[in-house]
Amino acid sequence: MAEPAGIDERIEAILAASPADLAARADAHADALLAIGEAVLERWVIARGLVPTGDAVEGFRLLALHRQGAVGEPSFHACRETCRELVYHVNLIRLEPDHPDRPQRIRLAAMVARHLVLFVDGKLEVAGLGEFCCAARPLRANEAEAAAAIPG
Amino acid sequence: MSSQNSKVAYYPGCALEGTGSAYDRSTRAVGKALGLGIEELENWNCCGAMEVKNIDPKLQTYLSARNLSIAEKMGHTTVMAPCNGCYHNLKKAEYDLAHDLASVEVNERLSAKAGHAAYRPGKVTTIHALDWIRDAIGEDGIKARVRNSLSGLKIANYYGCMYTRPRHIFPEKDKGPGSESTSKPHFMDDLLAAAGAQNVDYPLKTACCGGAHTLSDSDTSTRLVLNLLTTAEACGADVIATECPTCHTGLEMHQARAEKVLGKKTTVKILYFTQLLGMALGLSARAVGVHENFSESRDLLREKGLG
Repeated sequence: MAEPAGIDERIEAILAASPADLAARADAHADALLAIGEAVLERWVIARGLVPTGDAVEGFRLLALHRQGAVGEPSFHACRETCRELVYHVNLIRLEPDHPDRPQRIRLAAMVARHLVLFVDGKLEVAGLGEFCCAARPLRANEAEAAAAIPG
Repeated sequence: MSSQNSKVAYYPGCALEGTGSAYDRSTRAVGKALGLGIEELENWNCCGAMEVKNIDPKLQTYLSARNLSIAEKMGHTTVMAPCNGCYHNLKKAEYDLAHDLASVEVNERLSAKAGHAAYRPGKVTTIHALDWIRDAIGEDGIKARVRNSLSGLKIANYYGCMYTRPRHIFPEKDKGPGSESTSKPHFMDDLLAAAGAQNVDYPLKTACCGGAHTLSDSDTSTRLVLNLLTTAEACGADVIATECPTCHTGLEMHQARAEKVLGKKTTVKILYFTQLLGMALGLSARAVGVHENFSESRDLLREKGLG
């Protein structure tokens, strides 16, 4: 499991790497980005008091973790396609080792991973206040309940 | 031309009267250029947006249902909402009234109190501006009407998160060829390609823009938007095409904020798809409200021979 601390730096390092490095270490970079995605989703699952699943969906634990993180939390579906895009790019990198666009594909995978990190971090930041996503269930339900419980 | 969508009820929603006025202007202009009739709902109200929904979702259902009841009363069977938030909320009201008895009860009670007939599901179909143009005119119809091709313009099509989510309120999507996809939406891509644009493969087309966080946590929104912008640039895009006023405004404002606060400058332009389509149909940049955008794109448009 990749440690959450330093995730930003690892993504930035990949984005700053030369095309030659990206091409030479493409599989390692793809694995690292997938691990970052899993680590971020693990944080979300753990924050909700659950044990992160070790299962896979369509061959990817990332997708299983997303599915687990979205149970009872419809707004989490807002990062479903981001997870699937990360998987898609990892597949492109792994399955076409001689493709000339490999460096570009790694960069795009890194940007997709960065979006996932930002989205989940945002959700975690506001977890005590309500939902991050505007398509979500009532934002201030907890606040309203708390206010109603105050005597007088 | 599909007769069903050649004249529809038009629900602009609050954003299109304010920050999204260029979207309203360009939607009306494109409709007129294409010979499509729209009739604005009389005395429409807020759809409930995020604010009401977050506090009382059933009140939001009623507010959206009232707009649907107005469309029905005006004799329309289709209402077109260009704003993703409005589109989403009207679709959600339709779903809730068909599936949730408590929502039905609240809608009946508030409608009676307000003195109008309660909306019953199945009477009016809500469509997006993308559906409207695609169904009524289609890609071939656009191709035949292009007077100023978008050729040479590389576009990242950005749909935002509310156009396709949650899937269950959009039963018409994911029905195979010809229908919209919730995982890889393509209607905007199709229309702009028909107008000559070169669409780039943009991996964040439905990713979150942080719109709901703009005021409460601007830094998160700025970082999310900055990533959308830099990814579009990495894909080679000159322009991000939008179809939601909240996304559009967020992209524009946080593009400026990213430069000011984070020192990260991006140059990709942000335009509504209706503005791009309008210029392809021969309308001037001014006629589609490019001057109202916060993002300055006129130099690029002139360079490409548009507007």
